[in-house]
Parts: sequence; C-alpha cells; structure tokens
Amino acid sequence: MTTLDHLRNRDAVLRMSELEAEQRAAVVDPDDERMIINMGPQHPSTHGVLRVTMELQGETVLRSKPIIGYLHTGMEKTAEDLTFLQGPTNVTRMDYAAPLFTELTFSLAVEALLEIELPERATWIRMLMCELNRMSSHLLFLATNGMDLGAVGMMIYGWREREEILRFFEKVTGLRMNHNYIRPGGVAADLPDGWREDIQDILNVLPKRLEQFDVLMTGQPIWRERTQGIGVITTDEALALGATGPILRSTGYAWDLRRAMPYLAYDEVDFDIVVGTYGDTFDRYAIRLNEIRESMRIVEQCLERMPEGPYRVQDRKVTPPPRARIDESMEALIHHFKIFTEGFKVPPGEVYTAVESPRGELGCYLVSNGGPKPQRMHIRAPSFANLQTLPHMMHGGFLADAIAVISSIDPIMGEVDR
Amino acid sequence: MSESRSSLDETTEHHEDRADDSERLHGALLTSSRGQIVLHPSSESYHGLIELLMGEGYNVCVDLCGADHLGNETRVLPSAIEPERFELVVNLLDVSARRRIRIRVQISETNPFVATISDIHPGAEAMERETNDMFGVCFEGHPDPTPILLPDGWEGHPLRKDFAMGRIPVQFKAVEGR
Repeated sequence: MTTLDHLRNRDAVLRMSELEAEQRAAVVDPDDERMIINMGPQHPSTHGVLRVTMELQGETVLRSKPIIGYLHTGMEKTAEDLTFLQGPTNVTRMDYAAPLFTELTFSLAVEALLEIELPERATWIRMLMCELNRMSSHLLFLATNGMDLGAVGMMIYGWREREEILRFFEKVTGLRMNHNYIRPGGVAADLPDGWREDIQDILNVLPKRLEQFDVLMTGQPIWRERTQGIGVITTDEALALGATGPILRSTGYAWDLRRAMPYLAYDEVDFDIVVGTYGDTFDRYAIRLNEIRESMRIVEQCLERMPEGPYRVQDRKVTPPPRARIDESMEALIHHFKIFTEGFKVPPGEVYTAVESPRGELGCYLVSNGGPKPQRMHIRAPSFANLQTLPHMMHGGFLADAIAVISSIDPIMGEVDR
Repeated sequence: MSESRSSLDETTEHHEDRADDSERLHGALLTSSRGQIVLHPSSESYHGLIELLMGEGYNVCVDLCGADHLGNETRVLPSAIEPERFELVVNLLDVSARRRIRIRVQISETNPFVATISDIHPGAEAMERETNDMFGVCFEGHPDPTPILLPDGWEGHPLRKDFAMGRIPVQFKAVEGR
C-alpha cells in the first residue's frame, strides 16, 4: 500500500535538469506547443528567493518544479558549533516571520533531553508570545497575499497591524525579530510592566481591522474570482506529500498539533481549529484570517490566567544566577561565566519534538553526545515539505494563478533552505 | 528568588534510555528514547518496514534526515545493533491514531546505499534529496536524485563531521595603515 496512488497527477513534477531543458528548447517541433519557462528567484511574488521552472502549454501550467537552496547558509552545521544555550540565536533566524516557534521547538527538544519541568509561568508566557507571533505571521501573510493578487492596499494594512505586535515584542524581548527570547529552561526575561495594557490595546484594535480586511478582500467578487477553486489539493494528497498546517486544514482535515498532541498548556485553553472545505487558495486565505481571531481568544485567556512565579526553571545547572546575585557573590559570578562560556552539559540521547507553527508542523530532531554542544540538530521545516505540493496545486491551472498558489503556500525561504 | 535545587544528575540516572530491550515490532528492535518509540531495522529491511507501518496507519512521513555519529562515543543503541557511522532517521506520524514512531537505520560509511521510500511516501522525496546533499547517503530508486539545497556540482557533504566548518576571512580596513 502506498500513498502514491492518492496523487491525482503523478507527473505534475517537472523532473528535468537545466541542460535537458536547454536541449529541448533547441529542437523545433511545430506541433509541440509546450515550452519551459523560468520564474524567479528574484521575482517579487516568490517570497524571497524561490525559483520555479514551469512547463507551459499556452497559458496552462503542465509540469513544474520548485528550485530552492538560494538561501542555504548551513544553519544545521552552525548549530553543531554552538552550545545548547546559544542554539536559539541560530534557529530563530530560520523562519524569520515566526521566529519564536523555532526557538520553542528547539528549547522543548533540549528540555526533553534534560528532562526538566518548566515553571507554569514560563509555559504560559511562551504560549502568549507564540500566539502573538502566530498573529503577526498571519498578518504578514495577508499583506503579501493581498499584494500578490493585486490588492496593493493590503500590503500597507497588513504591515501596520503586524507592527503593533512587533512593537510589543520589542518591549518584551528587546528586538522586533530574531528574539532569542525562548531559551532552554524558560524565557529570557519576565514580561515588562504594563504588558497587560499593551496587549489589551492590540486586542481592542485588531477585531475592527480584521473586519476591514473582510470588506477589502473576503467579500470582494474579484478576490473570490482569483482565489476560489484555484490551486486545489485533496486531503490524501496533502498527507502523502507531508503537507501540514493551513494547507492540510484547508482540505477539511482538522489536524492541529495544539489539539492533536498538545504541548505547553494548549490542553487548558479554549480555541477552535479552523478548517476549509475545498482545499483551494481561498480556503487557505480564510483559514489564516480566522486563525488570527482564534489566536486572539488564546491571548485573552493567557491575559486572564497568567500564573505568578518564576519565568525560568530554578535549576542552577541550566539557569544563570539572577543579575543581583552576581554583584554580591563571587560564586554566582563564576557560575554565570561558566554557563555562558562552556554551556551546560546535556545527557546523551536523541529526541524529536514538534510544535504547530503558523505554517505547519515545525519539528526539531536533536542528538546529544553528553557534551555542551549537540551532535546533530535538524529542524523539520514545514515550508520545506509544503513546497512539494506546489506542482500538484499548479497542474492544469493558468500561469497567472501560479502567483496565487505560491502565495497561498506562504513559504518562508529562510526556513526552506536553512 | 529561591535557589531550590532539583539536581540534574538524579533525573538522568533513573530514566536511562532503554537500549537493551529485546522487544520487537515487525522484526525490528523496539526501544524507547525519552518516552518516544524508536525502531532499529537493518538497511535491507527498512523499505519493507515502512510499507508495513504504512498499512498499520503511519501514513505521513513527517521528517527524514541523516545524522553523522563520527566521534560520538555515547550513542545510545541496542547491543544487538552494529553501530555504523551514519544514521538515517525517519519520523512517521499516524494522524488518525495520533501517534508517532521513529526509525533509525544504520548506514555504513563504505556502502552508503539505502532504498528510497518516496515510492511509499512521495513527501519524502525532497527530504531524501537533502540527506543526499548533506551526508552523501544514496537513495536507490529515487525519481529525482539531484542536489536540492547545494549548488549543482558542489563537492563534499557539508553535514559530515569531517567537513570543515567554512569561514570567510574578515578584512579589517583600519588595520593596514597602522
């Protein structure tokens, strides 16, 4: 039994080297109207550096293949040279639209190897920050998705709303992106004074803005024409190709790791999984828009139920001493120095942890050899797997719709290429 | 802040990973790593095992990656398994029963060949190409064995432990005149 049979068109992937494509172009056959064109890697709608070769017959896309690797910087190799404490600074640069999630999955993997229990407040702070990050990531999607399909105004609105959240991140973590905030053992710092008011401001303003988006896009006849029935994928296809997140949910399959395999405290909060029906571009858009609303519900519950207590584990092997102690105790200073120069040792073993990022299952496979640096660190990037659905979604569609389909996959190339 | 101590040494001792358990599933040794189920098939029986697991409900190949254990003396493996330099690590997911399983296959350094599973899980195609790029593990029967992350014609496999960490020399402009 194989899932290959689930694919409606197995030949949707263009398996051809550049040399072969060149040779084929040289042969003139008047009956053959197919041609191979190249899109990207620096096309504005390719979200960075995605390149797609497509075989066209007139305006129709027959076969296609995403070509990636333009942003490959060897981050998994770098991870082997960084201590477990330095690790988050590296992984946070992978998915730059949702950096907190990569930090989270890496930290969860380290904590699973260490077998430490987190204090409750750390768990809830992580959940709060991640849901805010999911909102900002989806807002970025709405901005670029609108822009790609010609709703240029969305670019400004989406970025404006995202900025509100990034401003809060800057207050908490010190940076708008690449936070290095979630670390093995907890979070880097407690929430600052006045954080409740700041979040309340975001929660007050966002629902009205989301309603504006509905007017701008969801109900628009042109928007619907361009997205409905475009880039359709079935549940079986999505599962066979390893696609997760909004792509899988758009087919009507309610798979969300927050519900299916709860981590942090997601089993204690109330939220709905948003699913689509047709697996088309519109469903994927609508899911992300409504997931912002669901994330707001979770954030509200975090506001109400945020427990008191320490924001990082009180295990002195993992956690540096508090700043105030360093001034008065020589031992604390030495301890602080040792943790940040040598790092802490992690018992040997291997573990795989997964979280639900805005793009799907974000996993971390971590092998420790008992030293302060990992033997192997691998990030299972959702965009990397999701991109494989691209040829199957574009097959038989128009070239103009290819833009809509690429945009609806919402790939972050930093995470694809790592 | 109170300095309560929950020593790590204690926690690691009582929860050693089970490595010498003789439990088997479909003929492959079954162990547990931090509570996660791991299977250790041989490289010959690996393809058949994935097929059997597929019939059992593990219908998503969530992740496939390689690992280089060169110089790793603390690797946790059942004693019946002959350690090799490379490992192929596959994470499967059963979405209806909500469970996961991990498969670790030993791949020898001199003969790094293994059957592709992209005929069972088409989603493994890109991941196998990546593993080929990074470790030089060859997947027999792969429909598109081309580089994916590395440029065409790149020599070497960067994630191997004996591949040196690349560094670009930094030029300091101010140094020259002094």
